[in-house]
Amino acid sequence: MTETTAMGDFREIVTIFVAENREILEKLERDIVELERRPDDLELVASVFRGVHTIKGTSGFLGFTRLMAMTHAGESLLVPLRDGHGLMTPEIAGALLALVDAVRQINQQVEQTSGEGTGDDAALLARLAAAGAPPVEVRPSETPGEVEALQPPSDSVHLQAAPEPHEVDIRAPGAGDRSVRVDVDLLDRLMNLSGELILSRNRFIQAIGTPPPQAAAAAQRLSQVANELQETVTRTRMQPIGALWRRFPRLVRDLALEVGKKVRLDLEGEHTELDRSVIEALRDPLVHLLRNAVDHGIERPAARAAQGKDEEGRLLLRAFHEGGQVIIEFADDGRGIDVARIKSRALAAGMITRDRMASMKEQDALEMIFAPGFSTADAVTKYSGRGVGMDVVKRDIERIGGSVEVTTRTGRGALFRMKIPLTLAIIPALVVRSKDQRFAIPQGSVREVFVVRAEEARKRVEVVHSVAVVRLRGALLPLVFLDDQLHLGSSFDAPADESLTVVVLQAEGRRFGLVVDGVVDAQDIVIRPLGPYLRGVPVYSGAAILSDGAVALILDVPGLGRRASIPEGSAAEEEPPEASPSITTRSYLVLAGRDGGRMAAPIDHVLRLEEFPRSAVERMGGRDVVQFRGRVMPLVDPSAAPAGDEPVLQVVVFGRNDRFVGLIVNRILDIAEEMTGAMRPGARPGVLGSLVVRDKVTEVLDIPAILVAADPEFFGDAVDSVPPWQVD
Amino acid sequence: MGLPLCAFTLDELWFAVDVGRVQEVLRYQKPARAPLAPPAVAGLINLRGRIVTLLDLRLRLDMLPRPAKDEPAILIVSGPEGPVGLLADEVGDVIEVSEETYSPTPDMVKGPARDLIRGAYWLDGRLLHVLDADRVLAVEARPSA
Repeated sequence: MTETTAMGDFREIVTIFVAENREILEKLERDIVELERRPDDLELVASVFRGVHTIKGTSGFLGFTRLMAMTHAGESLLVPLRDGHGLMTPEIAGALLALVDAVRQINQQVEQTSGEGTGDDAALLARLAAAGAPPVEVRPSETPGEVEALQPPSDSVHLQAAPEPHEVDIRAPGAGDRSVRVDVDLLDRLMNLSGELILSRNRFIQAIGTPPPQAAAAAQRLSQVANELQETVTRTRMQPIGALWRRFPRLVRDLALEVGKKVRLDLEGEHTELDRSVIEALRDPLVHLLRNAVDHGIERPAARAAQGKDEEGRLLLRAFHEGGQVIIEFADDGRGIDVARIKSRALAAGMITRDRMASMKEQDALEMIFAPGFSTADAVTKYSGRGVGMDVVKRDIERIGGSVEVTTRTGRGALFRMKIPLTLAIIPALVVRSKDQRFAIPQGSVREVFVVRAEEARKRVEVVHSVAVVRLRGALLPLVFLDDQLHLGSSFDAPADESLTVVVLQAEGRRFGLVVDGVVDAQDIVIRPLGPYLRGVPVYSGAAILSDGAVALILDVPGLGRRASIPEGSAAEEEPPEASPSITTRSYLVLAGRDGGRMAAPIDHVLRLEEFPRSAVERMGGRDVVQFRGRVMPLVDPSAAPAGDEPVLQVVVFGRNDRFVGLIVNRILDIAEEMTGAMRPGARPGVLGSLVVRDKVTEVLDIPAILVAADPEFFGDAVDSVPPWQVD
Repeated sequence: MGLPLCAFTLDELWFAVDVGRVQEVLRYQKPARAPLAPPAVAGLINLRGRIVTLLDLRLRLDMLPRPAKDEPAILIVSGPEGPVGLLADEVGDVIEVSEETYSPTPDMVKGPARDLIRGAYWLDGRLLHVLDADRVLAVEARPSA
């Protein structure tokens, strides 16, 4: 709704003013802190100057006199630096940061009331003036007896004799802007709707089964669009975590100053994107960790020097994506966490018995810092040590479905590792069956799926040191029986005449084969965080609603590996996920060949399914052809069946620009939406490899090769250098 | 001054919770089981697109498990982090009780269950045990290994 009054226009401009200031201030703050560390960086100086100058200009345009006055003072302070006549000092930095705070406060006031409000800025202005005043030097002159004083400081500071023209920098909304502001509620609704669209699409596909050929292309397109829409909408909610981190360097600087320590904060992975609600939820826990580190973790400069450490303590915040989660690491190089003290505190607080204290492993002891009311800080400081911190950190992280763990090296520092699921993100998953329960496994951890047929099981499965292993391409793969791990009943001692379905998993350096009763499906799922009752179970990383509405728990692959005592480093010889070949594509046609074997062909270039009477087949140039749409179409039989004499041939027609090739099949079975996982290499020409799709072994056809072999001109001059599907 | 309670049975005994905590009552849905979860967790269900945990009140109160053929009813109550489903044998009406009929928890009720019961009210010759919803919903310290 637009207000048409002048007040309405003003209000609109003010809203933009406030929002832009917020962004400028964040950048300013960061630049100032950085500049303090690198006083020589002229670009930073220029950037800081620009920031202050911009705010001054726009404030002037809107008549905000308090803002004008203080930014003016800030500018004056910066001019000598900009002109190379001076360097940033902690005093100047402090004054400028005070300016940032004051502007921020007034900015908020403007947001609420469209006015600056009243306030006394004398102290700030004085501080800004004083910070820049160079000391008065007295130089002895050549002539003894005369003392020559330099120009009084006032001249060198008051450079702005003439009033500078205010630059008006209010951009009209929309003109040249590459972004728009959207109400968050609208985004939420979009998100819900697109999620529902995906689910409806899934159910629709399940309901209609195989689409008739003329609908196949439309069904595929619908699918593509739904997926893309979903991905795009998810992206609108994603923000780089740097948006949250931007203010941390200043926070650390201020904290360190206040406790008399030297600390610096390094950031890595600021571009890592997370859903905005998750970022909000991370604010408090991260701030607490930072405070704690500066307050307790990092030692005083003298103590550090005595240990041979750098006087300046280092904090590192790191974020990156891994396997459907975002990992955030927070490390410090301080004194580390004293496990012995934790134990004695816990004993004193009655939390553990003496026996437990003796038998407790280090990792369990460390976990205790997350217990409510626990604190090993000797003094309750202003910032932390009240013992209400760590348990709240853990609770906040778990509330968004994440987890946190800590490791430490005495005297060397501590590392907090947080795993956050990408809430509201949809991940591709493999749904497996164990006894009568279904579980979902993130595809990111799945390397391949294979079946050990009953007859082979005896040979390929061995027991080494009471661990079952299977030989896979020459290497030993430890086996984990899912039903066994979950106490659902064991198939470990299953009769030897049953085949084993093995899902090869790899995550966090652990690689193993998960034995399940069967693979149900590959589908996209929305990760839902586990509720309070299941959070403590290490083998689950979330829950999901499957396409048929049933709930399935999502298995935590590293958790499973740990529980089954798979050693870390068991993945040493294997390639990282990027390198292992896998196919992900939008749609495949699943066919039954003339020999009954299942095959899959990417749906690109598929025109239609045609029937030809055998009498229409002619022989030309040593191959079978039929006439189709006035052209001669070569026929290819991808199956291994010998030539037959069926009266009618079912042919899938591939076409491109009036060139056609026909694939002889028995019938079309299905359209597979997602086919992921590594393939076993193909056994014969024209076959890329085999995958398990919907519980059945399926040969994936190398369609471009088949098409080109039948008709070298099929792809014409513009030869697709990359096959029609993406090979990851 | 009546205290409105939602009454239900567990193994022939009557229990109740503050009706203000009860969001709805559902017919039984077979949940997805959650192996390795605390014993009282019966599983997870899909409630209009939301995943809700089911707690078996019989197990929570250390009572005998329900016979396999009996289908419980589901009481959806508001928990600190969202709705939670409680399994009861049969759900009765909303009852208003008055303070005069209050009586402290009978000594018969022993063990951990005592902490979960606030007290009891006499109603039509039967004792109605009132559950402390917050305590019932509280997470146990350690899930089963």
